[in-house]
Amino acid sequence: MSFQILLNVFLAYIWMFLKNDYSSSTFFIGYLLGLLIMLAYRHFFKERFYLSRVWAVIKLILLFLKELVLSNISVLKLVLSPKLNIRPGIFALETELTKDWEITILANLITLTPGTLVVDVSLDSKTLYIHAVDIPEKHEAIDSIKNTFEKAIMEVSR
Amino acid sequence: MEEIYKIVAALFIIIGTFLSLVSTFGLIRLPDVYTRNHAASKSATLGIMSILLGTFLYFHYVHGHFDTRVLLGIFFIFLTSPVAGHLISRSAYHSGVKMWEKSVEDDLHNAKEKVFIKK
Repeated sequence: MSFQILLNVFLAYIWMFLKNDYSSSTFFIGYLLGLLIMLAYRHFFKERFYLSRVWAVIKLILLFLKELVLSNISVLKLVLSPKLNIRPGIFALETELTKDWEITILANLITLTPGTLVVDVSLDSKTLYIHAVDIPEKHEAIDSIKNTFEKAIMEVSR
Repeated sequence: MEEIYKIVAALFIIIGTFLSLVSTFGLIRLPDVYTRNHAASKSATLGIMSILLGTFLYFHYVHGHFDTRVLLGIFFIFLTSPVAGHLISRSAYHSGVKMWEKSVEDDLHNAKEKVFIKK
């Protein structure tokens, strides 16, 4: 990925030299043109094209924001409801992610999900211990973590 | 046009204060450290973020002053607040703070016992 970005910057500089104009707008145009050229020749790279990874990162950030808003609505409902009708508890969740930074991002995402909060990570970093406000709803939480978050993070790291 | 921006900024700030208020209520109402942490780590994050966003919009559109430091503030709160929530509940658990008596499940306790037996 870093090689591709470097190549793209190199192409942008070549465009600047061709145009004999060294302003930032020319650099930007050169960068976009270089991107197009690299898009055309993307099968010659050993790794996948880096823009798809950038796109995955953007999707992950949007997912973060969406979950933040949703979890706020659920906390709002919980706090402002007249009766506290909750059964909290800590449940364990096996994760497929292996790298440390992936698990960090997953833990952050889980903390921002409605009704869940990471309490601890096991020493072999395979199991996350998650505190949930409502244990009967834990299957939904596990479902969304497994299907949405882990997939979105894998998109980035793959 | 300026009035619209003023109203939008004011809306963001009002939503932010309301969320902060709700998280304060949550701190008072909820029963134990862990459930309180839910209120503190979620509502406070979005509350502060939307107050900062409202401030940013106001100064950008009404005073024409583009303040990147406010955006950086939003970014770092977004980054650090879940970590803070996690650390508070983790240290609470390991220093032996009891969960609420109506809590139904504690897998971490079971896991800890297993590790203890293995040693």
